[in-house]
Amino acid sequence: MSFINYASREINCKIVYYGPGLCGKTTNLQFIYNKTAEESKGKMISLATETERTLFFDFLPLALGEIRGFKTRFHLYTVPGQVFYDASRKLILKGVDGVVFVADSQEERFDANIESLENLKDNLDEQGFDLEKIPFVIQYNKRDLPNVSSVEELSELLNPRKVPELEGCAMSGEGVFETLKAVAKLVLNDLKKDG
Amino acid sequence: MLGPQSSLVMYDEEYQRILLLLERLLRESNSKVIFLVDKNGQLIAATGETANLDTTSLASLTAGNIAATGGLAKLIGEKEFSILFHEGEKDNIHISIIGGRVILVVIFDQRSSLGLVRLRVKKASNELAIVFEDLVNKTEQEAISSSVPSPFAEITDDDIDNLFN
Ligand SMILES: Nc1nc2c(ncn2[C@@H]2O[C@H](COP(=O)(O)OP(=O)(O)OP(=O)(O)O)[C@@H](O)[C@H]2O)c(=O)[nH]1
Ligand SMILES: [Mg+2]
Repeated sequence: MSFINYASREINCKIVYYGPGLCGKTTNLQFIYNKTAEESKGKMISLATETERTLFFDFLPLALGEIRGFKTRFHLYTVPGQVFYDASRKLILKGVDGVVFVADSQEERFDANIESLENLKDNLDEQGFDLEKIPFVIQYNKRDLPNVSSVEELSELLNPRKVPELEGCAMSGEGVFETLKAVAKLVLNDLKKDG
Repeated sequence: MLGPQSSLVMYDEEYQRILLLLERLLRESNSKVIFLVDKNGQLIAATGETANLDTTSLASLTAGNIAATGGLAKLIGEKEFSILFHEGEKDNIHISIIGGRVILVVIFDQRSSLGLVRLRVKKASNELAIVFEDLVNKTEQEAISSSVPSPFAEITDDDIDNLFN
């Protein structure tokens, strides 16, 4: 649910990073934060446990530049991936404009990815959103590790609709901006439709 | 009231009305800072001593706070806690919900009091709710008549690529 402000000539969009525990959502935001110029970013807020697991959300506001005279701002959020934080995940999804699903490519996380994707569908559904219709991209993260499933395998299972999919290594930043750009593109194109 | 999925749109005229109401509330309640936030965490307007305040972060955390207490309310069979109050050593925060959709945050210190803030917020809330109703109606009408073409109707891929350079 974007916020178009004709008074200040701004447009705000909310993007949520979703995925199983430890898949690298927070790492994605940290990389974006570290690589973004001071004047284009706000503070990054992380509500996390002592062991740096996301407890409620991470929040990173970005001001990317202007489109047709409107400042475009993206508010990036991550959800807590651990299964038992489901109530919090639902809250973060409120008013979302676009979703990035960060999959953990490691073989042993195969089932966790499926479970998290199902959970995303259910929670969107509860908010009256349809995963088939909203701007949605998938990142296959942790490609640097040795024990990963092939992208074909992951894609077949997690991406039947063939939304934009990208390989990533959030720790080194590979694919991170490409992912953000892919979802931003879908979100902005969506505005065009509504407008 | 706005549905959960419709975009919030703000026009100049309503923005000015909102600012006037917030400024008056600031004066009449003797408070330090007042801001309005969309339930999704986007800042709508702010007034008062905002210069050294990270209003973007405040907006996001306020919305998270309201969302979390709203979740708590549901669990115990309440609809929503429509007022939250946090008391600090120097500054206090009074948070209330307007028209089910917008969050009003008032920060005040010992120059004011909870009683005064409550009283003034109540009055201002009703007036703010009217502005937001007008805003919703206007947005709907604009959508139907679409006399004003959306500035985003002609976004190109190049425009989007440029954002990331
Ligand atoms: N090898 C490798 N490790 C990664 C990569 N991305 C993230 N990690 C590591 O995985 C761990 C978890 O990353 P986080 O970003 O905290 O995971 P998260 O998805 O936010 O986890 P929750 O907050 O619990 O949902 C950290 O130790 C990261 O350094 C990657 O691409 N490759
Ligand atoms: Mg995290």
